[in-house]
Amino acid sequence: MVEFGGWEMPVEYAGITQEHLAVRTRAGLFDVSHMGEIEVRGREALALLQYVTSNDVARLKDFQAQYTALMYPQGSAVDDCLVHRFAENHYLLCVNAANTDKDFDWIVRHNTFDAQVRNVSSEYSQLALQGPKAEEILAKVSKADLPRLRYYWFCRATCCGVEGLLARTGYTGEDGFEFYFPPSESGRVWNAMLEAGKPEGLMPVGLGARNTLRLEAAFPLYGHELDDQTTLFEANLGWICKLQKGEFLGRDILLKQHQEGTKKKLVGFEMTERGIGRDGYNVLTDGRVVGKVTSGSPAPFLGKNIGLAYVPTEFAQVGREIQIDIRGKAIAARLVNLPFYKRPK
Amino acid sequence: MYPQELLYTKEHEWIRVDESIGTIGITDHAQKELGDIVFVELPRVGDQVTANESFGTVESVKAVSEIYSPITGEVTAINPRLQSTPELLNADPHGDAWLIRVRLTDRREIESLMTADDYEAYIKEKKGE
Repeated sequence: MVEFGGWEMPVEYAGITQEHLAVRTRAGLFDVSHMGEIEVRGREALALLQYVTSNDVARLKDFQAQYTALMYPQGSAVDDCLVHRFAENHYLLCVNAANTDKDFDWIVRHNTFDAQVRNVSSEYSQLALQGPKAEEILAKVSKADLPRLRYYWFCRATCCGVEGLLARTGYTGEDGFEFYFPPSESGRVWNAMLEAGKPEGLMPVGLGARNTLRLEAAFPLYGHELDDQTTLFEANLGWICKLQKGEFLGRDILLKQHQEGTKKKLVGFEMTERGIGRDGYNVLTDGRVVGKVTSGSPAPFLGKNIGLAYVPTEFAQVGREIQIDIRGKAIAARLVNLPFYKRPK
Repeated sequence: MYPQELLYTKEHEWIRVDESIGTIGITDHAQKELGDIVFVELPRVGDQVTANESFGTVESVKAVSEIYSPITGEVTAINPRLQSTPELLNADPHGDAWLIRVRLTDRREIESLMTADDYEAYIKEKKGE
């Protein structure tokens, strides 16, 4: 167990490799109750969210969700998060545990709208069931119409006898679900879910595999690929940047970068010599330090050592040979296409 | 139970002394803390190692750990299996997954090491912290 964002969390249960492979080939269950939830309601809830986030909230239909960034005026992210729409005047954000208070304060500070913002994190536990067998397992403990629940949509559902919100979202790159429900029931839901998934080989999965899974899928982690200094375009998140939606925090800087390009870019690499390029290690080209690894580790499913790093845009070509400074030695690596892993259709 | 014939360090290495050769590895406690081991970096035969200094690294998925030599001397052998099968360190840390063999130069260096019983008490105490 380790401290993570103010919570005691398990790094692993049976082992990171086993847990990672379980999610890619069968299913895994994550306790992600540490994540924060923020409710935004009111006549101008949409206007508030449009102003403080980068993606176009107006495109959401009832019971649809989108990935987005909570924005600073300098074009960087306060946090990356999900916005779920219940109705035009009712939304629920799911935010990173470590940023919950910061995000809440930020939204409140910019609430010059006819909207009410509440930090409802203590009202929700959250479990993530992820993997090719997730739907099969969930069907045993929920009567929700799962085949009709599409990716990035959610519904009110009862799972393991407990009422909550069921979203087809996740942070692993596999099909899966995230279930939000009252904390008083968490033990019951956890145990019932594990029991139901036993025949399919469902395993509990900790933070260690959560990290290796999202890294293979090239999903950013706030504090690594994202921080208050890095703009969305630098981080390859132009796709959640809807400049045409109207005014929002950071739009000016982002518009400029959209037109002129960025000085640095997030790239993916894989090691071509023996060695593991880890978080914080220097990236070199021709012996010169040009950037840093933001996330790096072995990739248990791919059987390679991979990572993400920021390098000056002029060096950011797929195929370029680079080196990673691993404890004083320059070890060879190569820039590759992202994502490293995409689940089979 | 930790093997009685081995001596142990505070950094969770073990050493087995046969006449003038010390065989060095990491303990079961160390491999448990590290998790799935994926990579081992060792010195070469003929290199010198120094007591209480790092001679290599053991890497798991989540972490890198330096390994410290309990003794000073010349490396006479390195375990050939660990490059291709690093997971052996999780499976048999006290036996097949020995790391290096070193020729002793100063027997006094092993006098301050812990016995199996001392080591068990030591890790129990650490767990309680």
